Amino acid sequence: MNDERDNMQPERRHFLECMAWAGAGTLWLMKGGVAHAGMLATGAAAADATFGFVQISDSHIGFHQAPNPDPVASLRQSIALINAQPKRPDFVVHTGDLSHLSKPEQFDTVAELLKGAKTSHVFYVPGEHDVIGDDGNAFFARFGGGVNGNGWYSFDHHGVHFVALVNVRHLQAGGLGFLGDEQLSWLRQDLAGLSASTPIVVFAHMPMWSLYPAWGWGTQDSAQALTLLRRFGSVTVLNGHIHQIQQKIEGNLTFHTARSTAYPQPAPGQGPAPGPLKNLPAGKLRDYIGIRDVRHVRGTRGLAITEHALG
Amino acid sequence: MRWHSVAFAVSLLVASVAHAAKPATTYRVGIRDFQFQPRQIVVPVHARVTWTNHDEEPHIVTSVGNTFHSSPALDTNDHYSATFDKPGTYTYFCSIHPQMTGTIVVR
Repeated sequence: MNDERDNMQPERRHFLECMAWAGAGTLWLMKGGVAHAGMLATGAAAADATFGFVQISDSHIGFHQAPNPDPVASLRQSIALINAQPKRPDFVVHTGDLSHLSKPEQFDTVAELLKGAKTSHVFYVPGEHDVIGDDGNAFFARFGGGVNGNGWYSFDHHGVHFVALVNVRHLQAGGLGFLGDEQLSWLRQDLAGLSASTPIVVFAHMPMWSLYPAWGWGTQDSAQALTLLRRFGSVTVLNGHIHQIQQKIEGNLTFHTARSTAYPQPAPGQGPAPGPLKNLPAGKLRDYIGIRDVRHVRGTRGLAITEHALG
Repeated sequence: MRWHSVAFAVSLLVASVAHAAKPATTYRVGIRDFQFQPRQIVVPVHARVTWTNHDEEPHIVTSVGNTFHSSPALDTNDHYSATFDKPGTYTYFCSIHPQMTGTIVVR
């Protein structure tokens, strides 16, 4: 093996190095709006960061089938991974689908487990699985009703403006994710007083760009929100919903979807429909699920994003 | 799950006894791969339509314009029935996967 490695072509060596990163997690450095992949060097990124936070998503507590009959255990492992980070995250963001069926006991399980996360606060937005039957009332009662009980809100942290949006309510037949006029009007006011140099992080459950509309992976009125965001120098949009990492760069806007803590879904268009990817190689589930670590470095454009699989 | 099925069978029995004078035919719509199958069905007045979810994902049969009672969340293998007593075109969708749409035409 060593002989082969010594004699191998540089391209092949580079490829094997990339494979090694994929197992450990990938570090994404955003420079001038362009994503650069790098080695997961724990010390380097963490040392000069202003602060960091973790994104988790799609825990689907209440799901009980292949490939993960125990999403409670995998959420517990994700929280252990958060707690094992070398630098304690300032907060955790959960981008929705906490529950599978919006049942009170499913919400209780998530709230109880996340009390064990070593961080000062957990921010939530609902997924479509969290607003079943009651338009999200049970979710908002537990995890915060935001502005006027509608679920959306914003906050500032070390000079970065965070906006939490809800795009899973009042969905329309034949449509996609939906923000609605009231929320868009609030967003306009919320952003109005900010200088264009303020870094913005937006999080919402469903992708904020047309990732794969045939499977419902998009938000039908997101263009109006993005128009309001375009004047800012650095905008990072974090979504869940599709249980896999997909990224897009559009000018100063970068879009990222996160892995699930429960189970993966197929790549866009791979197979007849979305849904749990059931036929994983034996013992490989943990390579497909995990958490995301985000670090902000003052004075740079964009954020450093690191993916950690459970495996 | 077994008791659930028994309870459902009993309730069907009770329903058919109660409406013995006017037995309604049941028409079935499957939910598979995020699609209502068939997507459109034509049924007679008083027909009973039963949806069964075969996906791992939950789905909700939601009437557009609230013209019939919408279902609760249907988990895998759950079913839901509605009876259509008036002629008309009833459109519905899944309120958590709104790209899924279907139509019941009652003649």
